[in-house]
Amino acid sequence: MNALLIILGLFKSPDVYHSTLTYGTLLLLPALGGVISERSGVVNIAMEGMMLTGAFFAVVADLAWHNVWLAVLVAIIAGGFMALIHAVVSIRYHADQIVSGVAINIVAAGLTVFLLNQFYGVQEIGSVAPQFLIPNIKVPVLDAIPFIGPIFFEQNLVVYIAIILLVAINIILFRTRLGLRLRAVGEHPSAADTAGINVYTLRYGAVIASGLLSGLAGAFLSIGLSNTFVPNMTDGRGYIALAAMIFGKWTPLGAFAACLIFGLGQAIYDNTSIIPISPYFLSMLPYILTLVVLAGLVGRSIPPAADGIPYEPGNE
Amino acid sequence: MTTPTPSPASPASADTASLAVDMRSIVKAWPGVVANDHVNFEVRRGEIHALVGENGAGKTTLMNILYGLIRRDAGDIFVNGKLAHIQGPRDAIALGIGMVHQHFMLIPVLTVGENIVLGREPTTAGDIYDAARVRQEIGELSRRYGLTLNPDDKMGDLPVGLQQRAEIVKVLYRGAEILIMDEPTGVLTPQETTELFHVLRGLRAGGKTIIFISHKLKEVLDISDRITVMRRGKVVGHLITATTTEQEIARLMVGRDVLLRVDKAPANPGPVALAVEGLTAASDSNVPALRGVSFEVRQGEILGIAGVEGNGQSELIEVLAGTRKASSGRVLLGGKEITNLSARAIRSRGISHIPEDRRGAGLVLNYSVADNLVLGRQRSARFAWNGFVLMLNAILAWAKRLIAEFDIRTPTPETRARALSGGNQQKIIVAREMASEPLVLLASQPTRGVDIGAIEFIHRRIVAQRDHGVAVLLVSAELDEIRSLSDRIAVMYEGRIVSFEAAETPEERLGLLMTGGGRADAAASKVAG
Repeated sequence: MNALLIILGLFKSPDVYHSTLTYGTLLLLPALGGVISERSGVVNIAMEGMMLTGAFFAVVADLAWHNVWLAVLVAIIAGGFMALIHAVVSIRYHADQIVSGVAINIVAAGLTVFLLNQFYGVQEIGSVAPQFLIPNIKVPVLDAIPFIGPIFFEQNLVVYIAIILLVAINIILFRTRLGLRLRAVGEHPSAADTAGINVYTLRYGAVIASGLLSGLAGAFLSIGLSNTFVPNMTDGRGYIALAAMIFGKWTPLGAFAACLIFGLGQAIYDNTSIIPISPYFLSMLPYILTLVVLAGLVGRSIPPAADGIPYEPGNE
Repeated sequence: MTTPTPSPASPASADTASLAVDMRSIVKAWPGVVANDHVNFEVRRGEIHALVGENGAGKTTLMNILYGLIRRDAGDIFVNGKLAHIQGPRDAIALGIGMVHQHFMLIPVLTVGENIVLGREPTTAGDIYDAARVRQEIGELSRRYGLTLNPDDKMGDLPVGLQQRAEIVKVLYRGAEILIMDEPTGVLTPQETTELFHVLRGLRAGGKTIIFISHKLKEVLDISDRITVMRRGKVVGHLITATTTEQEIARLMVGRDVLLRVDKAPANPGPVALAVEGLTAASDSNVPALRGVSFEVRQGEILGIAGVEGNGQSELIEVLAGTRKASSGRVLLGGKEITNLSARAIRSRGISHIPEDRRGAGLVLNYSVADNLVLGRQRSARFAWNGFVLMLNAILAWAKRLIAEFDIRTPTPETRARALSGGNQQKIIVAREMASEPLVLLASQPTRGVDIGAIEFIHRRIVAQRDHGVAVLLVSAELDEIRSLSDRIAVMYEGRIVSFEAAETPEERLGLLMTGGGRADAAASKVAG
C-alpha cells in the first residue's frame, strides 16, 4: 500500500513524465522501423540487433573522431547495413524472415562483443566525454511553461527528431502515393506488381529504413542516454518495440502510444531507490506489461496480409 | 486431329492493320511442360475474342505473356500492327493492354478508389494522394461505361460482382483498349454473369477489344465473335462463333467427342434415406442462414438444390456434415436422429461429403495423394492397427486402386496433392468419398473450376452412385449441372426451400424462383419471415 502511494506520488512531479517520453522515444524509433518494414510485407524482429549494432558503432566512432554528428551517422549506417542483410536474405533469397531476424540479433550480440575485444582488448572501452554526447536541447520560451515545459521542451535532440519522424511517417504511410504503394505491396504484392509497382524496390527500401531508424535509436541509447557501450546494452528494447508495433496495430500513432506505456514502466523503475519493492520485480514491469497487453488488452490485431510471405512473381 | 485448323488464319494472310493483338509463334516452357508451343493468336480490333481450352491448356500462360507477367522463350508480339517489346505489366499497360485476373488483384483493406488508381495515383504537391480527384475521375468512368461504384467503399466489403466491376474500372482507368478477362464468370452468380455480359457488349460498342478466357462453352457462344481453341499448349482451332457449336468446341478442347449431356436412366427411388425437418441454423456472422428447411432424399435419387450462392446452401451442407450446429430442427438418417452429432460420428454412420471448398476443407494440400485418399478413415481397422499405427502398405495399395479406378492423373501416389491440377484434386475427394460406400452423398459444387473432361467423369460417377442406391444431395451454382443431374430440384432462397420442381423445369422458371419471384405466395412468405 505504502509502495503504491509512493509510486502515485511520483506523478506529482514532471520528472516521471519527462522520463516516460524519453524512454518511450527510445522504443518509438525501432517500433516505427518495424511498422514500415512489416507494412511492406517483410517481418522484422531484428530491430534489437540493428539497435545494438548502432549503439556500438556510435561509441566507436565518437571515441575515434570526437564528433557526435559523425558518430550518429555511423550508427545509422551500421543499423542500415544490418537491415540490408535481412533484406537480401528475406527478399532476394526468400528465406524465412523470422529465422533471418533471429540470426541477425544473435550475430549483432556476438559481433559487438567480438569487436569490442578486438578494438579495445581487455581494457575498458572508456567513456565519451560529455561535450561529444548527443545534446539535450532546451527550447527557449516554451521550456519556461510550468510543469509542461520540463516535460516536453527539455529533451534530448533525438526525442524531437523522433516526434517529427512519427508525424512524417504517419503522413507518408497514409496520405501519400508512396505510402499507398508500400501498403499495397504488404497486403497483396501481385496486385501491386500487376499495377506496375516494383515490389522489390519498395520492400528493400522499407527494410533498410527500419535499420536506419533502429541505428539512430542505438546511438540515442549509447551516446545520448548513456556515455559508453556495454555488451547487450539494448536489453530487449528491440523486442519491446516489436510488441509496441503489434500493440499499436502496425500504425505509427498506435505504436507510439504503446511505447509510452512501456516507457512509463521504465520511468517508474528509475525511482527504484525510493520505492520499497524489489528492484528486480520493478525491472520486470515493462516485460510483464508487454505480456498482459499482448494477451489481453489488444485483442486480435491483424497484420498486413502478405506480412512474412516472400514474393515470387507468377506464383498464385 | 492432325490438321486441326478449320479456318485459314495464317499470320501472312491476315490484314495486320486491323489486328489489335497478333502473337506469333510464342513458345514458353516450364521445367517438364511446354505451356505454349509455337502459339499463333490473333485478335481483331473491336471484337470479343474467346480463348478457350481446358485447365492447363496454356491460355493463362499466353495471356500472362501478353500482359508481361511471364517472359516468353521465343516468338513475337505485335500490338496494333507494331512490334511490341513487353518486359513487364508496365509496358503492357502503356500499350493499352489491361488484364482482369481470375483471382482478383484487389486489396481488401484499401478503398475501391485506392485499388483502382493504384500504380497511377493522382497526387498533389509533395506526393500527397489526391482523393478528391480520384473520386471525380472514377465518377466520370463510371458514368461513361455505366459501371456504378462508390470509390470510398472498402473493397473487402463488396460482393464479388462489384469487386469484378472495380477490376474492370481499374483496367479502364489505365486507358486500356484491349481487355483480357481471365475466367471472369467463374466466381459470378448467373445474374452477375448476365450483367457482366451486358457491360462487355457495351465496351465492345465503345470500340474496346476484349479477350475472353473461358472453358464454359455456353458463355463463349453467347458473348464472343470469334474463338481460338487451345489444347496442351497448342492452338488447335480458330472458329467463328456464329458458325460453330458447343459440340465442336468441346471436341477440339478435349481432343475427343465429349458427352455434354449426362446420360442417365430414370431414377428408381427407394425408401427415404435422409430426412430434414424444420432445420434452422445461423451463419458465421451469426445471422439466420437456415430458416426452417425440410426435405427428404430417397435412396437411388439425386435431389438437386438450386439457388444463388449465399442463400443458405453452404450452411445446410455443413449442418448435415456435422461441421455446423443446427439451432433447431431434426436430421434423420434412415429414421435415426443424427442432429448435431460430430462430423466424425456422422461420417461413420454413412454420410459422405464432397465439400465446396476443395482446397480448404476437402484436401490437405501438403499431404500425398495417398494420404488424402484415406483422410477421415485413417482410424479404421483397414488402415491402422488399433486405430493408432498407420499401415502404410495398405494405404498405398488402396490409393493405387482408387487412382486407377478414378483416373487420377498423378505421377506417383506419394506426390503432394498441391502439385495436381484442380480436376485431379477434385477426383481425389470424389474417389475418397465414394469409395467409403456411403448411404448418403452430400456433393457441394462437385465440379467447380474443373475442366470438361473431369466434369464429365465426375457426373458419370455421381449418377453411378445413385444407380447403386445412394441418396445424393447435390448443391451447385451451375443451373446446367443441377438440371442435368437431378431427379428432383429444390430451390433455395433466403434460407428456405421455396419450391420443389421437376428435373425438366425450364431454366427461366428456376432463375425466377432463385431470386425470390415466380411464386404467388413468395411475397407473403417474405413478409412472414
